[in-house]
This record gives sequence, C-alpha cells and structure tokens, in this order.
Amino acid sequence: MSTTEDLYAGSSETTEGRVFTVTGQDWSSITEGLADAGDADERVVVNMGPQHPSTHGVLRLILELEGETVTEARCGIGYLHTGIEKNMEFRSWTQGVTFCTRMDYLSPFYNEMTYVLGVERLLDIEDQIPEKAEVMRVLLMELNRISSHLVCIATGGMEIGALTVMTIGFRERELVLDLFELITGLRMNHAFIRPGGVAQDLPPGALDEIRDFIALMKKRLPEYAALCNANPIFKARLENVGHLDLSGCLALGMTGPVLRSTGYPWDLRKTQPYSGYEDYDFEVQTWDTCDSYGRFRIRLGEMWESLKIVEQAADRLAKLEGAPVMVADKKIAWPSQLAIGSDGMGNSLDHIRHIMGESMEGLIHHFKLVTEGFRVPPGQAYVPIESPRGELGAHVVSDGGTRPFRAHFRDPSFTNLQATSVMSEGGMVADVIVAIASIDPVMGGVDR
Amino acid sequence: MSDEKKVEQPAPEQSPDNVPAPAGEVHPVGSRQGMFGVRGSGDTSGYGGLVSPIVYPAAAQRPFGGWYDEVADALEDRLRTDGLDHAVETVVIHRGEITFHVRREDLVVVAQMLRDDPRLRFELCSGVSGVNYPDDTGRELHAVYHLLSMTHNRRIRLEVSAPDADPHIPSIVGVYPTNDWHERETFDMFGIVFDGHPALTRILMPDDWPGHPQRKDYPLGGIPVEYKGGTIPPPDQRRSYN
Repeated sequence: MSTTEDLYAGSSETTEGRVFTVTGQDWSSITEGLADAGDADERVVVNMGPQHPSTHGVLRLILELEGETVTEARCGIGYLHTGIEKNMEFRSWTQGVTFCTRMDYLSPFYNEMTYVLGVERLLDIEDQIPEKAEVMRVLLMELNRISSHLVCIATGGMEIGALTVMTIGFRERELVLDLFELITGLRMNHAFIRPGGVAQDLPPGALDEIRDFIALMKKRLPEYAALCNANPIFKARLENVGHLDLSGCLALGMTGPVLRSTGYPWDLRKTQPYSGYEDYDFEVQTWDTCDSYGRFRIRLGEMWESLKIVEQAADRLAKLEGAPVMVADKKIAWPSQLAIGSDGMGNSLDHIRHIMGESMEGLIHHFKLVTEGFRVPPGQAYVPIESPRGELGAHVVSDGGTRPFRAHFRDPSFTNLQATSVMSEGGMVADVIVAIASIDPVMGGVDR
Repeated sequence: MSDEKKVEQPAPEQSPDNVPAPAGEVHPVGSRQGMFGVRGSGDTSGYGGLVSPIVYPAAAQRPFGGWYDEVADALEDRLRTDGLDHAVETVVIHRGEITFHVRREDLVVVAQMLRDDPRLRFELCSGVSGVNYPDDTGRELHAVYHLLSMTHNRRIRLEVSAPDADPHIPSIVGVYPTNDWHERETFDMFGIVFDGHPALTRILMPDDWPGHPQRKDYPLGGIPVEYKGGTIPPPDQRRSYN
C-alpha cells in the first residue's frame, strides 16, 4: 500500500488527502492502515427507519458503522407522540382509561391497571375493590402478558428470518384476542379496567372458553420451545447478543425480562404485590446470560407462568358467580352497563329501564357520573406494576377536581430503549436488530 | 363562572387567606370556584360565589412510623455530616407514599446519598415527571422523581420545584443515567432546563416546535367536530365541570 506516490494516477487527479492503491494485498492491511491514521472518512452513517419493518414501529436508528461493526448507535423517537397525557387532563378520571389504554397497544390492560391503581389510591378505596374485579384484572393482565410476549417472540423471530415463529406467534395471539373480545367486547384498546373495578361482569360461557384456551396453549407452547430453544441458527443469532449486566441494567433503569436475564429475580408481582398477586402460585423466571437468548427464554417461561395464573384465576372466578365487579360506592362506581344488541355493544336496555323508570337515585348517579364525573382528593400517587416489558407506572396528580391534574406514564419501553447504544455498539450491524427485539419496545408506549 | 361576575357573592370565611396553616407547610396552590366548576356559561346553581382553596396534603410530623423514619433518619444523618441540614424542606406522607421536598440546589447531593448509602440504597430511578402548578407562585414547575430501593424494597418520591422565571433544576443524569431521556422529555414538555444534562434537546416533539406542550398555559388545541348536523367543540372548549 502506497500512500504518497501513485504511478497509475494521472497528474490531473487529486493529490489532496491520502490515496490508496490496492494491488492485491490482504484487505486487513488496508483497514489497519486506516485505523493507524485515525481516518474517519471510511465511516458510514446509516439511517434506519422510522419506516423500517425491523424497528418495531416508528423507531429511527442512526448507526455509525465501520465496516460491519457498529461504533455508535443512536435512537430517534417521537414519531408516534399523540399527546395522550395532555389529553387526559381534559377528560374525566374514568375517561382517562380510554386514552391510556392506547399507549402501549400490545399491553393495554397494564396501562389501564397502573392508572386505575393510582386513582384508587388517591380515592382511598384500595381495599374496597370487590374480589371478583381483582381476579378479573389479574386474569386479563396475565392473558395480556401471553399475547404481548407472543408478539415479541413472533416479531423477533421474523426479524432474524424465522418466519414460522412469526406465523405461529400471531396464530396464538389471535386466540388471546378472541378471549379479550368475548370478555371486554374489543380486541384492543379495551378501557375495561375502571376506577373502582371493571366495566362489566364476565359474559356467560367465558370461563369455558378460557379453559379451552388453557388446554390448547398447553399443547401449543411447547412448539415454541421445540422450534427455537436448541435451534442452532436461532441460538447463534441470539446468544451473547445485546449483552447488558446487572449494574448496567440498574444504571439505565432497565426492568422486566432484560433485568431478569441477569439472574436478578425482580418482579413487582412478587416483590410489591398488587391486586392480590400474593395469593397466586407462580415462579419468577430468570436466566443468567444477560443476552437476547436469555430474554427469549424468560419470555417463554413467563408465558407458562401466566398460564398457571390464568388457570388459578379461572378457578376462583368459577366460585364468584354473580359477585359484584364494581366498588359499592355509588358515587364512584361507573353506572352504565353494556350489553350486546343487534347492532353491536351498547347501553344495556335493562339499565336504561332501571334509571328511566325505576330509580330516581340511579338516574341522578348516572347523570352526575357521566357528565361531571367524581372528584378525587388532592394529592399524588405512583403505583407501578409489572408489565410484560418491565416497571410500568402512572404518576397521577389530582387537584381535587373531576379530571386528572397530571398523569405521567413511566413506560418501560421508553426507559429500556435507552440501552440500545450500550447493547449494540461494538457489535455487528445485524445484531442491532436482535438487541432491540430483545428489549421489546412498543413505540406507542415510548412516544405516548 | 366568568371573571367579571366573580365578586357577586363573596364567601370570605372560605377564602384561601383564612385557611389556618398548621405546622409544616400547607398553602393553597389555587382555588376552585362555584360548586361544579363551570366557567363561561353562568352557574345557575346558586353556589357561584363559593371559593374553596386547593390544598395538597400537609407535611408529616415525626415520628412517621415504619421504615419512613429509618429512611428519613439515614438521610438526615448524612445531610448533617455534609452541612446540608436544610436540603429537605418538608416530608409529606400521603396514602402510604412518602415524598421528600428537596431544595433544588441540593438535589444532586441528595440523590447521590440516596443511591450510595447502605441504609438507603435507592438503586433504581423511575424517571422524572414534570408537573405545572400555575397558581403555586414561585414554585410553578415541579419535577417529581420516583426512587426504588431493591435492597430494602422501598419506594420514595423526591419533589423539586422551580419558579417559572428561572426554570432551572440540576440534572441527576450523573447519578442515575436512566434519567437522560426522562429529563429530555420533561424539558420538552415543561421547559424545565436540567443544568448539567449532557444533551438537553427535545425528544418527543420536533426540534423546532414552539412552546412546551404540557404546561397548563399551552392550549390543547383541536377543531370542532360535526356529527349528525350538530357541532361539538374541541375538548378544551366544551362545557366542563372541573
């Protein structure tokens, strides 16, 4: 390699900078030469996204590459900012649920739950929530954990070329969404968990459907393990990729499967139980490799544990036939009842008959709650829960009015995405995708 | 109720000036008028002159009970050794959650102590949440931090305030790197400048966005929606009952 004279270059060519003549040497000698001189000209900056199938929605990555090695990885977010927190300040406390359920669209029940727990704490009705409502919340959240982890595994598989993992993942997720539709009326964006309880009782036949689902999942979940766990290609792509150890996790505020992949069994359902989680029998899943493969195995294990909880919740619900699902205080309990009519779900005719023809009190409560809403004493609360992605919490502030004064969501996707650079710098460009998939960010939650 | 009619029915016994201030620091951060909070369309309920102050939970008195005392003692201990006795202004315990109101100039030192002292060990910071209290004169902007000690399984809240005229709060990214994006978000949404942050730029809004959207003086925006012949005004202009 000559850097000063170039016999073959014409005199008209530039002499500025360094000229490399490649005459059949080893490629590495050229790259070494580059490194010696600290020449930055060979650095390539690649912009990836925000419209890219492998970036989990509208995530923009700015990657600085040297060859195939990532030297710097930065994230650009904000493409999906919808102002949900601001909007919630202009709606009543109950309507807030309708907004926050849309943030992290793969785990809507968790968004609702953490917000509702905050509101209930401010209302000081935490111990008045009926048992059936608590059990239904747990049931829905754990079904939701299964569907969320399925999407994570499915899209993560698709991104490394394992298309079958994607198709079977979405196949099973659809079954969970069918259950959601049966119970809440909607596949996503349910607004079902309300301050004081849940919107309505379990429909007839739901428990049988849940039991069928559990039986089916017990056959289907081993398929993922059989497909992936020992698959040499899968392991080669995931193992030792996206490494982040415990101190890194704590510094960056990482929670959820990423934290548990360091072997630290931190799960808010066990450490700071809410909604009666202390009464369920399940294990916290950990792995000790700090890498993407560990996170995959944790998610797989958590789906089994969730299935166990769903089973126990279904057994409890069978004993709670006809029990109330909303707090007894009529000044808080959302009054309107829903029913399936010929044109879809709408107001229950029985309820309309009750308030219009039978009970003046009922009419007053309905009118006051639906137009004005209830007042929440001034103060602030933060009740985090263990979402599929980690610690999800809502900082709820009330000024004593009928609307949230401020609702801020600490979304785990937002926090965990900060680890992108630590996880992918120094690795190969193909591993960036795997590292991000192991964080499982949902841009709806990141940008809110 | 509109502003020009405000003085029709004064209710002095309930005005904010007459609220007894118990020990600690209870001060109203605003007031609520009328019975139903209706503004602009006339309140016919007869309660239009009602004025009630908005008062947040009062400061807690020693002993706090339970582990709250352990945390407060340990923190006080460390602060006294460092000659920062007044770093913690008040301690509020409400609904089982403890809040330390910290002077903004001492925030970084307090955060460092909370993270490193073996009796405290708040390893994880759950980010910062800004709150704008436009009527809390001199303390309009609040930054609220939720800290978690995994070692002791405890949660506390730190609250720091800054006036609108000088919206500066020191950054704690050096202590809790996780706050990098959280502080950028709070800057973006509230205009709180976190001094010492490595790159305090907007994160959710476009770089050239004017204003800070989640401040209370920033309008929600929106357009009227037509539905079946009727027109529904945008949410912030509808008749409301707050």
